[in-house]
Parts: sequence; C-alpha cells; structure tokens
Amino acid sequence: MLENLLDIELLTKTYFPERKGPLTALKDLNFSVADGELVSLVGPSGCGKSTFINLACGIAQPTSGRILLRGRPITEPIKDVGIAFQAPILLEWRTVLTNVLLPIEILERKVRPSHREHARKLIKLVGLAGFEDAYPRELSGGMQQRVSICRALIHDPSFLLMDEPFGALDAMTRDKMNKELLRIWDEAKKTLIFITHNIAEAVFLSDRVVVLTGRPGTVRGIVRIDSPRPRDPTGSEFKSIEARIRDLIGEAHEDADR
Amino acid sequence: MNRRIDRGGAWHDRLSLGSVGEALAEHRLALLAAIAVLLAWELLVIVFGVREIILPRPSRILAVMIEERALLVRNMWVTLYEVLIGFALSVVVGIALAVAIVHSRFLEKTLYPLIVAFQNVPRVAVGPLLVIWLGSGIASKSILVLLVCFFPIVVNAATGLKDVRQEMINLLLALRASRAQIFWKVRLPNAFPYILSGMKIAMTLAVIGAIIGEFIAAEQGLGLIIMIATAGLNTALVMAAIALLVIMGGALYALMSFLADTLAPWRRVP
Repeated sequence: MLENLLDIELLTKTYFPERKGPLTALKDLNFSVADGELVSLVGPSGCGKSTFINLACGIAQPTSGRILLRGRPITEPIKDVGIAFQAPILLEWRTVLTNVLLPIEILERKVRPSHREHARKLIKLVGLAGFEDAYPRELSGGMQQRVSICRALIHDPSFLLMDEPFGALDAMTRDKMNKELLRIWDEAKKTLIFITHNIAEAVFLSDRVVVLTGRPGTVRGIVRIDSPRPRDPTGSEFKSIEARIRDLIGEAHEDADR
Repeated sequence: MNRRIDRGGAWHDRLSLGSVGEALAEHRLALLAAIAVLLAWELLVIVFGVREIILPRPSRILAVMIEERALLVRNMWVTLYEVLIGFALSVVVGIALAVAIVHSRFLEKTLYPLIVAFQNVPRVAVGPLLVIWLGSGIASKSILVLLVCFFPIVVNAATGLKDVRQEMINLLLALRASRAQIFWKVRLPNAFPYILSGMKIAMTLAVIGAIIGEFIAAEQGLGLIIMIATAGLNTALVMAAIALLVIMGGALYALMSFLADTLAPWRRVP
C-alpha cells in the first residue's frame, strides 16, 4: 500500500470579488494522489482548475478544507512542486538552458556546475539535446513546452502540476507529446497531476481520472484505469472508459469537452 | 492567449518585412526620391528666379554649410550636448518613475495620474519658466528636453514591467521568490525592449525640446543660430542650420534604432 502523497480534504475556495456576490470556485473537493501516481483532473471550463493549482502550490489558501502533502497541510508556497501551464511562458531573453535553470536561481544562492549538468540531462530526456543554447523563438510550440517541462523538473519537486500543457498544440503534436510525457513520467518517477479538458488525453495518460463538475468545481466521480500502457485510443476498452467519463461529466457539458 | 498569438504574428511580419534585400530596395528608392526633390527644388528656384531671401537653392545651402562649418559645428555640439544630457536624465527619471509606479499601488493611484495630467501641460510653455529658474545656459535646455521626452519612457517602461504573465509570477511565487528576485530576473529584463522602444520615441522629441529651449533664450546652439540668422534675413544660414539638425536628429534616431534592435533582439516592440 502506497502512502498518499497528497490528500485533498473537503477543499473549498470562495472568492469575494468587489461589487459582486461571492464566487465559489471549488466546493468540498475530496480525493487523494498516491506517490508516483498519474492523476488527471477532467472538467468543463469553470471547474476551478486554476484555483486548484494555486491552492496545491500554496500561493493561495483555501476558504475551508485543506491539502495535505505527505500528511502536512500546505499553508504557504511549498517550493516542492513543478508547474507547467498551457502556454510555455519561457523567458524570451534566456536560452533553453538558462530558462530551465530559473527555479534553481530562485532557490539556490548559486547555480553550480552540477545543476547545469542536471539541466542538460533533463533537456536530453525531453529530446532537446543540441538545443541548449537556442532561444525560445527558435523553437516550435511543442519544443517550447518540453522546455517548460524541464523547468518544472529541475529542482526535483515531489510532484508536478500540469495545466493543459498540450492544449495549445495541434492534434498530431499533442499525441506525440502525450507519449513523450508518459516516457518522461516513467523515467523521472514523479507524481503527476494533469489537468485537461480532453477526455481521450486523460484516458491515454492516467492511472486515475478525477471528473469535476463546473462552477463550483466538485468531484463528480473518480475512474480508475488499469489497462496497461501504451493504450490504444481506438480499442473498445479505451472507448468504453471514455464513454463512462463522458457520462459522468453529463450531457450538458459534452459540447464544451468536444 | 490571443494577445500572445497576435504578438507572435506581428513579430513574424516584421521578420519578413525586415529582410535585408527589401530594406535596401526601400532605402534606395527613398534616397532617389530625396535626390529628385532636391534637383526639382534647385531647378524651380532657377527657372522662376526666386530670391535667395525667400528660398535659397540646395546647392547654396550646401555652400553656406561649408563656409560656416566652424560656426555651425561648434553650435551643433552645444545642442547635441543639451540633447544627450536631457535624454540621459529622462531615461533615468523615466525608469525610476515606472519602477515606483509598478511597485506601489499607492503611487500608481497618485503619481501616475499626475504624470498623465502633466502631459496636458504644453511643455513649450514651461520653457520661459525654466529660463527664470535655471538661466539661459545648458541647464534650462536639458531640463526642457527631460520634460519633453520622459513620458514615452515612463509609459513604455511601466508597460514592460507589468506585462509579465500571471502564470510566470505564480510559478515564481510557488518557489517563494522574493519581490526583488521577480523584479531583477523577470520584470526588468521583460521591460528592456519596451524601454528601448520608448527611448526611440523620446529621442525624436529630445531634439525638438533642445531647439525650442534655445529659441526661448540661449547663449549658444543651433536654435540660437537660427534665431540670429532669421533676424538678419540670412535664409541660407537658417536652412543650413536646419539641415544640420536633420542630420543630427537622424543620426541619433538611427543609433537608438540600432541599439533597440541589437540589444534586445528577442522581441521588437512596435
């Protein structure tokens, strides 16, 4: 029995915007993530995914409930998380290598040769060897996203949060990146929380899929996927899991989820 | 998201427009056009027998520039000096104001509207006051240059300091980055091309500021030469001084453009 890395317990976040009524983004969110697990959060727009990310990395605090990291509540920024967003948000004036090293510059007093060595290894892991000194504008969208994954991994965090990291890529690049991500996840041995609108993507990647409802975001159901990887998106088992998740999300949201 | 895509697109357009061959062709045409205008000017003045007091021929202006080169160049240095000092001050003041505005909500609410409101004061009208306060020397001109050209630098610098995606800030906050770290590692370098672009705009204003300052009261400078030559109806010398100003302003602008393109090649801000 694996120890849980994260326990999300009755997590609720309500915003009180000026001149508007209170807005509950997340309500009584409840699920756990085991060490080394790949969990997807799937839900329509407005399911509070940005809010969840801010809470999970400790830069925002819940209105009620809590997130435990190895049994300890997250009450402040935890450093111990790697984040990748839908946009790669690389610093345009930095090379691939120095972009990857940004978290080290924040966390450590000095960037040591060992850090550089580690960065080069990660760059190689994501298939960008030879591009260490390239600038972001010289890379394709998919390549930029690989750099941002390296940056998320560089400080060896306990877990990764990925917010639709391949959402802006074309379908073919996206399929390729999903396969790559599984390989990277396998080699880096990191717990990964993957947020997506794309049900097929979630089924392809995840150990478990947490289905969220929209506004406020709550857990509608959790689907465990035991079929071995690599999974065949055209197979009948894959299709039936997809259908189950789609049912959970409900007819009303089907259009929004494609 | 859309904004990002738009910018990428704009950048791409620039790239294709800026290809070396096209740029050369463009400039060659502009040069030919300028020569054509000067030739037409020369011919029309001769054909219609226009008096030199009204409109001297380009060749006459060139001759005056060569004859009076000592006078013109000596005074050009003074004007250039005023421009550069005022410009340097405006860069320092402009960036400092932008940093203050971006880092304090209070200053953003109080100082920024004041700066914007100050834009409505015709700076030229402040010129005589500066002479009262600072005399008719270089100081009053440099301060006028500062007042005329710090605004685009403040606005651009503030925009650049703020135009950092919230995700990037969140990513840094999750690592417990300090405000100083976020400033030095992300905000300031992000603002750099914006500042350079603001400086480009400011440079064109700087020359205007110095000349206006010299018109009001001066001991030296091309603006003063223009005033004196005008009083003596020496139109050719007026135009020679203007020509020199055009050359000086053009060179300064070209230098700023060059710096903007070489120092921050990663992004060109329109």
